[in-house]
Amino acid sequence: MTNHNQFTRRHLGKAALAGATLIGAPLPLRHGFAQTAPANLKVGLLLPTSGIQAQIGQACRRGGDVANEVFGDMKMPVRLEIVNYDTESKPDVSRTQAEKAIDAGCHILVGAFDSGQTIAIAQVAEQRGVPMIVNIAAAPQITEQGYKFVVRNFPTAPMLITGALALHKEIFKVSGKTPKTAVLMSVNDTFGTAMINGIKALFPKLDMPYQIVDTISYDPAAKDLSVEVAKAKATKAELLMPVSRLNDAKLLVQEMVKQRWEPMGVMNPGAPGLYEQDFLKTMGKYGDFMISNVPWLDPKSAMTQVLEKRHAAKFPKDQLDINGGFTFEGLLVAAQAWLTAKSTKPADLMEALRKTKIDQHVIIGGPIQFDAKGQNVSIKAAAVENLKRKPTVVMPLESAAAPLVFPMPAWNDKRRV
Amino acid sequence: MTSDFLLSLAQAVTKGLLTGMVYGLMALGLSVIFGVMRVVNFAHGEIMVVGMYLAWMGFEYLQVSPMLSLPVIAALFFVLGYALQRTLISPFIGRPEHQQFLLLLAVAILLVNGCLAIAGPDSRSVQMDSQFDSYELGPLVFDAVRLHAALAAVAIAGLLWLFFTRTRTGKSIRAAADNNMGALVVGLDVRRLYAFTFGVGAACVGAAGALMITIIPVTPFLAAEYTLLAFVIVIVGGLGSMTGALLGGLLIGVSEAVAGLLLQPSLKSMVSFGILILVLLLRPQGLLGKSST
Repeated sequence: MTNHNQFTRRHLGKAALAGATLIGAPLPLRHGFAQTAPANLKVGLLLPTSGIQAQIGQACRRGGDVANEVFGDMKMPVRLEIVNYDTESKPDVSRTQAEKAIDAGCHILVGAFDSGQTIAIAQVAEQRGVPMIVNIAAAPQITEQGYKFVVRNFPTAPMLITGALALHKEIFKVSGKTPKTAVLMSVNDTFGTAMINGIKALFPKLDMPYQIVDTISYDPAAKDLSVEVAKAKATKAELLMPVSRLNDAKLLVQEMVKQRWEPMGVMNPGAPGLYEQDFLKTMGKYGDFMISNVPWLDPKSAMTQVLEKRHAAKFPKDQLDINGGFTFEGLLVAAQAWLTAKSTKPADLMEALRKTKIDQHVIIGGPIQFDAKGQNVSIKAAAVENLKRKPTVVMPLESAAAPLVFPMPAWNDKRRV
Repeated sequence: MTSDFLLSLAQAVTKGLLTGMVYGLMALGLSVIFGVMRVVNFAHGEIMVVGMYLAWMGFEYLQVSPMLSLPVIAALFFVLGYALQRTLISPFIGRPEHQQFLLLLAVAILLVNGCLAIAGPDSRSVQMDSQFDSYELGPLVFDAVRLHAALAAVAIAGLLWLFFTRTRTGKSIRAAADNNMGALVVGLDVRRLYAFTFGVGAACVGAAGALMITIIPVTPFLAAEYTLLAFVIVIVGGLGSMTGALLGGLLIGVSEAVAGLLLQPSLKSMVSFGILILVLLLRPQGLLGKSST
């Protein structure tokens, strides 16, 4: 019988040849190996893909689903094993799922769209010493509590508000129309509360041309906003600033149309809801001319173009928005951390995350890098107006894809088709 | 008080009345079942949620408006309610109340989990063109969908009243409710009447579900909230009283709307429960209920 375990000169020759072939292979071939080879890093992607935030969570997940393909197209020699966990839009489930992801051997956690859920996951990540990259969540406390294992690639609520309110002034200046009063309508969850507190703190310092006449808060799982909208309408405010999610944004606009309330504009101070595909589809012509002042995908970035291409190919019926964009970037940060660390040890990965500097990415702003608190401070906001059922950048002017329309046309205006 | 404020108040009352009529129809089913059988249906909200899902499915997959699928859903729920009473609930009549409670709680859990397994946890709603429509009457604006739902609820309540006052079966049911022994003595088939009553109650709540889906989106977890709401309404109106259920529905609908306007909208449920506590303290049998003494 032959001894198969014996290492002969012939085996050595074959191994050397294979090694030399791999080293000498042209770069694209090596990326090919990276893409088909076993994954380098196991990432737990925690998102609310069911429950009240399901549609946004699913939009986030689509960004994650094409991540490895985009890395391959961008010649990044890395492949992630992405394991999806559903937080069911609940903080308590998020905590359980984070524990489960870590027990399953995930080296990094990415998530979780909602501040309350993200805080629950961050606590688990910190206790277990596993790095976490926040894709979307604006509550300031996430990066203010001295966590050693958490970084955030998304603006804090004060950053969102400052950027958004600066854009409000620019919009009034360009349009020549300035509202004198505004009403703030907000969800009363962690994100909404952080935004309201942020607006109250920052508003006096920003010298805004309008006065906030009332603040109306409501449950994000509200099934009816007729009373809230009636109350807002009664203030006769000229501008509505919603801090919304998706379902409540739909209820809100539906009620505005029914109650025939036509303020000068609906402009959020840095919040989701108005630009989501499901909002545009459900609201039809009534969803047009609403303005979101939020970070947005940079159409001029090569990586954005590749991401859009891959997303369109895999999900032809779905629109890529910042939910997918930021989730992709969360995974990009994880991939880059592995490329730097070449290790799956938490300490090595955290060290790499602290040194992150990614020039080529998808969201408008400077390179992705984190300050001492783990916060990326280079993200910029854009004014995105829904035009012909598509979120379109209208401000800043240098990035504008279409001219601004403000004030918002009436519900029965002919421009709504 | 300014005219603007008065207009807002009138608008809130109008909206509350319209919503309250649908609430009343929902609670009517609970009240009818208790009034006749003395069984408290703890699966009431769950049955309504199933009705909402059926109406949603009809709209989503067959493009049938919930208003059109309403009679079909009501008829189906009548049959299911009748069968449920004959097979499952009938043996529990006369047994200790905690056994009835546990049985109906188990039915409720089965229904919620069935909805969860079939439709998932996501929020489902129907999107009709009329959901953006409203009617104007002077300075008042009426939400078209709410108005249609309220009119349908009033029509169904009217039919129910005719059934109980003009038909032989309806009169027999009332007789059995008033004096069970007397009904047996005169030869009424009380078991069949009970099953009929449960069917009628289920049909009412199924119809309310078909109307409710035009106003709010449905999730399986909505059920517990609406079971509680139905209890608040019937206790305020008077358990077992049909008119009381309708009055309770209107009162809770209006109080929620007005509280939302005068206080914070998120505090509106607090006012409903405040009314419930007041009624329990001052008139435990409910506004139109009969005192047990």
